[in-house]
Amino acid sequence: MPVNPELQGRSYPATAPYLVGREKVREFARAVLATSPLHHDPDAARAAGYSDVVAPPTFPIVLTDATLQQLLADGDAGVDFSRVVHGDQRFTYSRAIVAGDELVARMTVTSVKVLAGNAMVTSATEITDPSGAHVVTSTSTLVVRGDE
Amino acid sequence: MTPAVGGVAVGDVIAEQTYHLDRDRLVRYAGASGDFNPIHYRDDVARTVGLPGVLAHGMLTMGVAVQPVVEWLGGDAGRIADYQVRFTRPVLVDADSGADITVVAKVGALDDEGARIDLTVTFGGETVLGKAQVRVTLPA
Repeated sequence: MPVNPELQGRSYPATAPYLVGREKVREFARAVLATSPLHHDPDAARAAGYSDVVAPPTFPIVLTDATLQQLLADGDAGVDFSRVVHGDQRFTYSRAIVAGDELVARMTVTSVKVLAGNAMVTSATEITDPSGAHVVTSTSTLVVRGDE
Repeated sequence: MTPAVGGVAVGDVIAEQTYHLDRDRLVRYAGASGDFNPIHYRDDVARTVGLPGVLAHGMLTMGVAVQPVVEWLGGDAGRIADYQVRFTRPVLVDADSGADITVVAKVGALDDEGARIDLTVTFGGETVLGKAQVRVTLPA
């Protein structure tokens, strides 16, 4: 089934709150070779003005993944995971994520384009704190290969 | 020490660094990120979808490629206001020899609030990320 062109503009419900754990930040930082003490040492992070260890710049992909799962699980969207390639990715921050943050993610499909038989599905995931304040927007384009 | 807007010029290369990725690294990233797509750890599965073998997660390459910029910022990742990349070529990670990716970070633009840092990320002599740009806030 091809990607549903009416997907553009569709929004999905907010994800369950995600509590950013200190050990998760450290684990993610080790995985991407992020050695700054601000990712690992709460005292170093506090000395730099943060309340706890700071997540690496690409950490919001962990929350973005939950929203992309909503898209893949939407049978009406027609996005077949086995045909998906990550085309591009962007993170636009209002502030850094720190351990102790409780975050929710809301995704909207902002654009669906068909080019040479492939569909380019762009989504914007808005990540906010419990007060509703914006933390970061994660914008992803998935390339869904068409039938051979 | 955080660099200041006045201390850099457009065209300056602020960092150049090579990182070694191996299969162990891919498994660690899978666990840390939750991306367990088997094309990142099983050659047989990668081949069934037409790939020559196991690839690095694009998001692993993106995550590693920004590290020289974070180091240049004195380790303060909170100064990164925007980071974008396009995934243009896969990074094949050989089971024995792994893969080396090289990052060159250059000042692309400057204004009162900070800088745009442009990343050139290569593997085997070819660029693997397109339009890789990091917007950073800097003190005056």
